[in-house]
Amino acid sequence: MSAVEHPAPPPPAGPVPYDKAFAHRLLADMLRIRRLEEKAAELYGETKIRGFLHLYIGEEAVGVGALHALTSADNLVATYREHAHALLRGMDMGALMAELYGTREGCARGRGGSMHLFDRATRLFGGNAIVGGGLPLAVGLALADQMQGTQRVTACFFGDGAVAEGAFHESMNLAALWRLPVLFCCENNLYAMGTAIERHESQVDLRGKAASYGMPAVAADGMDVVAVHEAAKEAVAHVRERGGPMFVEFRTYRFRAHSMYDAELYRQKAEVEEWKTRGPIHTFTARLKAQGKLTEDEFLALDAAADAEVERAVAFAEAGTWEAAEDLSTDLYTPPGAVP
Amino acid sequence: MSRRISYREAMREALRDALRGDPRVFLMGEDVGRYGGTYAVSKGLLEEFGPERIRDTPLAELAFTGAGIGAALGGMRPIVEVMTVNFSLLALDQIVNNAALYRHMSGGQFSVPVVIRMATGAGRQVAAQHSHSFEGWYAGIPGIKVLAPATVEDARHMLAPALADPDPVLIFEHAALYNVEGDLPDACEPDIRSAKVMRPGKDVAILAYGGSLHKALAAAETLAAQGIDAEVVDLRVLRPLDDATLMASVAKCRRAVVVDEGWRSVSLASEIMARIVEQAFFELDAPLARVCSEEVPIPYARHMEEAALPQPEKIVAAVKGMFA
Repeated sequence: MSAVEHPAPPPPAGPVPYDKAFAHRLLADMLRIRRLEEKAAELYGETKIRGFLHLYIGEEAVGVGALHALTSADNLVATYREHAHALLRGMDMGALMAELYGTREGCARGRGGSMHLFDRATRLFGGNAIVGGGLPLAVGLALADQMQGTQRVTACFFGDGAVAEGAFHESMNLAALWRLPVLFCCENNLYAMGTAIERHESQVDLRGKAASYGMPAVAADGMDVVAVHEAAKEAVAHVRERGGPMFVEFRTYRFRAHSMYDAELYRQKAEVEEWKTRGPIHTFTARLKAQGKLTEDEFLALDAAADAEVERAVAFAEAGTWEAAEDLSTDLYTPPGAVP
Repeated sequence: MSRRISYREAMREALRDALRGDPRVFLMGEDVGRYGGTYAVSKGLLEEFGPERIRDTPLAELAFTGAGIGAALGGMRPIVEVMTVNFSLLALDQIVNNAALYRHMSGGQFSVPVVIRMATGAGRQVAAQHSHSFEGWYAGIPGIKVLAPATVEDARHMLAPALADPDPVLIFEHAALYNVEGDLPDACEPDIRSAKVMRPGKDVAILAYGGSLHKALAAAETLAAQGIDAEVVDLRVLRPLDDATLMASVAKCRRAVVVDEGWRSVSLASEIMARIVEQAFFELDAPLARVCSEEVPIPYARHMEEAALPQPEKIVAAVKGMFA
């Protein structure tokens, strides 16, 4: 019997049903995100990075498992906790780190910062820092695809906190009503900033909310990259083949503070510790090793590669330049001749 | 050459043209299809263009406005009809936080070529919750453009350039204007940049827009009979304001009154007055004046509503106060 308020699920276990190359890819991506964000936290302490910085540490299996189910043609709408999503879509880590630094070489020229990563090339439509604010956009992107006859899926990430917003309900209704190809990905980390889910939701099984709009809704263990990827693959296939929306709830946990300022008065230390034992990286690593799909040396090599990528990204950001203050108004409106 | 047409018909012709001319254009909003549009603007369009392109929405202003923005990001050219400005408050987050910010905040990667139309204004005894004039609020938001067609010419010809614009454009149609008829010239230059002198004069510049333009023109007639030659300028574009035309008129007349159906404090009128003070202070022969809505909820009873809104008599009184 767990003594904590929100007990963690049983640790992810069992054979990993992927070949070595793909399994290593998943592990490598989780490590890239983890090392990037650990470094970002450190740089925040050094005041290289300012403003809000929301870390994904603990939730990596969700982004990695889910985004590996998409193709490069698909659309992505993310939240303000989106470093992982940007990176996994293919954004260069240097451009990402430069954005955290606020330099001109950043993916949004230093205008957006951590919460507003954008990348036209990989169809990342933000980086939205209004809770629930991305859902209507995702519905619209999917509407554009439906009207233009393209086969894209629009994946829209949001947290459990967004489920209380009107935008969530309006968007679910519209997507279901018009049978739009949206994959609603709820990253349920049990807290809307500092308010536990049972303190903000009358119905804590979030699937019921989606189901009430007539769309299929499933939940997956968000601490298990295999469970996430399998659920996401099925959901993406459903959306792509059937055309209509689907809802997947990934049950996960944030190991760090909500942002960089957070005394974590709202949750038990023991609860955090219990969830950390389900950490997506070490549990996956252990499973791969038990299956003989990963050696310690291979793990160390993947980890070193992630560290090296982070180092290069930091060097790139350090060498960055500031956008000229005279360019403050540039791109307030689209310059003549630019294609919108 | 010209022909007689109502503001409603002019707007409908503009919509029909846009839909015929570009397969990316579609109209969505509450009751735009089967109902024919709350103000009957889109009547008949469903039959011509079908339910994909004349798309009835649920009563979900936030989601369908946001969906319009998303569809614009996805390559379409949506026209979102929010039934009235009153309900646009439910969509404000999407307009302000997404449409207006995306181009700049993304470092120039994502433009949002959406057009959002809505009825605005009071004067039809529909009481406080249906009588707002918030276009002045929207005119304060960087990243969007705000249009206020007051004439059949602008109702007919502002939509095309708004759709051609790569950035979000909001169009405010004063609800009292839909039945108004006017002469539509055969040849028009579409323009969403400039204010326009509607009645040249030399003694006072009356700067007005939307539903108030016609009150300003009526006031100018009354003033003319009393020997005061008023110039009336239609703002047409509320953001960005055409300072050059406004200041030229102020400099010529040396007196100015701003007419704005929004509430007086922190209004579009306040902004225009501030600009006149900044840019044309030494041209003035008298303190500026403004005629706005009284700062009360707009009442239902006709005489009370009339008392709350700008009226030709109030404009006349404001002008005459300058010559006292």
